[in-house]
Amino acid sequence: MLKMTHLAKVYRTEVVETYALRDFNIDVKEGEFVAVTGPSGSGKTTFLTIAGLLETFSGGEYHLDGIEVSNLNDNARSKIRNEKIGFIFQAFNLIPDLNVFDNIEVPLRYRGMKAAERKQRIMDSLERVGLASRAKHYPAELSGGQQQRVAIARALAGSPRLLLADEPTGNLDTQMARSVLELLEDIHREGATIVMVTHDPELAARAQRNVHIIDGQVVDLSEDPRFHAVHAEHTGTNA
Amino acid sequence: MFAYYLQLGFRSLRRNPVLTALMVMAIGFGVAASMITYSVFRAVSGNPIPNKSVQLYTPQIDGWGPQQNVKGEPAAALSYTDAMALMRAHQASRQTLLYGVNMSMLPGGSHSLPVAVNGYAVYGDFFPMFEVPFLYGSGWSAADDNGRAAAVVLSEEFNQKLFDGANSVGREITLDGHDYRIVGVARHWDPKPRFFALFNRSGFQDPTDLYLPFTRALDMQVSPTSNSCRGHLNFLGWDDWLRSNCVWATSWVELDSTAEVARYRKFLEDYAKDQQRAGRFAWTPNVRLRDVMQWLDYQKVVPPESRISLIVSLGFFAICLINTIGLLLAKFLRRAGEIGVRRALGASRGEIYAQYLIEAATVGLAGGVLGLLLTAVGISGVSLLFRPEIAHLAQLDFSLVGLTLLVAVFATMAAAFYPAWRAAQVQPAWQLKSN
Repeated sequence: MLKMTHLAKVYRTEVVETYALRDFNIDVKEGEFVAVTGPSGSGKTTFLTIAGLLETFSGGEYHLDGIEVSNLNDNARSKIRNEKIGFIFQAFNLIPDLNVFDNIEVPLRYRGMKAAERKQRIMDSLERVGLASRAKHYPAELSGGQQQRVAIARALAGSPRLLLADEPTGNLDTQMARSVLELLEDIHREGATIVMVTHDPELAARAQRNVHIIDGQVVDLSEDPRFHAVHAEHTGTNA
Repeated sequence: MFAYYLQLGFRSLRRNPVLTALMVMAIGFGVAASMITYSVFRAVSGNPIPNKSVQLYTPQIDGWGPQQNVKGEPAAALSYTDAMALMRAHQASRQTLLYGVNMSMLPGGSHSLPVAVNGYAVYGDFFPMFEVPFLYGSGWSAADDNGRAAAVVLSEEFNQKLFDGANSVGREITLDGHDYRIVGVARHWDPKPRFFALFNRSGFQDPTDLYLPFTRALDMQVSPTSNSCRGHLNFLGWDDWLRSNCVWATSWVELDSTAEVARYRKFLEDYAKDQQRAGRFAWTPNVRLRDVMQWLDYQKVVPPESRISLIVSLGFFAICLINTIGLLLAKFLRRAGEIGVRRALGASRGEIYAQYLIEAATVGLAGGVLGLLLTAVGISGVSLLFRPEIAHLAQLDFSLVGLTLLVAVFATMAAAFYPAWRAAQVQPAWQLKSN
């Protein structure tokens, strides 16, 4: 579903080159629920934005649903984003001037879908997240948990092949976080491929597979001395 | 998607109401200033007879010489001697002389008082040359010109006044104590500017009441409304005045090809040389032959204040638009986060560009509506800037309403090219990371 091979992302200025990702390899199969973890600045979000075709990369290969995306132009990348990918952000990123219905409608509009089908899909996805009665509410009238559910409904409305979630519970209290996570698990059980970036070990533990990123590279936790050092610090034992 | 963008555009008018109000006011005031001055400029600078303006020529002959003419240019009218010489030579397919007349008319009834009427003494060719439309009857023939017929053509407005708009052909009116038979009633015809009669006139005077034969007017010794003379001004009667160097008759000829124009110009030069040889002109031949638009330009029919105020108001509009660029930039880039979200959800750069361009168009439309209101108010006060006969030409008609809205919308869209481009360049990854 999502395969990156020797992928690199370099930010260049006149005097310095900074590698956000270096020799980055990952292969996410269809239907997997993968949690991507790593310390701040390790490159998790950069990975997610490249995976979501929101950013280009400097080298390597990236196949998304069998398509090599490195040479696609903006229109083609936008079309893939619209049809194959659903985003869930930590800050929800709902458009404040649009009500719930109109927010969920945005990706469907860009797909050129007919009004009747748009309405059907929006109401179905709202039913799915339990907010059908809030269609005419504005984001400011909803709780954080409800806003994130709307964001998930927006991501689901287009029936994407891949859901990319960036700290989806980062701005929520424990109870709301749990309910959002349960929703993601339900979605996964129905067959969706989910890649979730998170700092939260509890959240990561509920994914099928964990991928750890350190210094812009995927590492095998059992073999990485940096992990053992950090792990010992957390547990109070010597590795 | 256009309807969706339009819907988003109208919705965004309510967002940042202060910024929106500033932009709408900038566009509204800018477009109103431009349209008010343009309405005057349009009225005075248009081609009054577009389908024939390159076939109608007015000849000028310098009968005063370099000591007495103005800046080396022949006078704007002809003396009787030169005017009649051109008519007798008959070098054009159609030709006419004309001069303005003021006469008195007895409307009828024993107790009625004479009323002043204005008109032109012309030849019969005048009507087909200038494509004067007729409501009833027609103009008169060359035979009527030669026979000095007591014929008259009324304007539709004057016919309405005298005969309640009825067909008056065949009836008679009394002008300066002489009876004239009505041969035609011209349908409303009042070209602006009145290009054919610009001698000592602005071209924007009151509508014409009637036309009578040039030859008859001379027989009746009907004086021209305007003349210009050099040297001694003591004349021993009408014939002495006719033989003087006073200029007062405007000549028009219809020339259908460049060859005819060249031939007529040669004829004018030869005529002036003949006059020089005969001792009447003590200077080298100095003649002109101008078509309608050249004539309007030479006569400076477009008042300088009209051109200057149009330039100033367009400059003001440009400044308003430059301010609008800044305001649009601020308005659009404030929504970088939303742009990032839309890009993530599948909008291409082109779609973001189109959305913001159409949003700018809605701002322009709102500015255009305000501009229309201000234009309507401004036109009523345009007499503060222009002479009354010019000021009354400024009118808010359908074409100006449409033009105001179009200019406002398209100018604002042009101003939005750069802000919309900047909006489309927003990097979604950066925006979503920074949220």
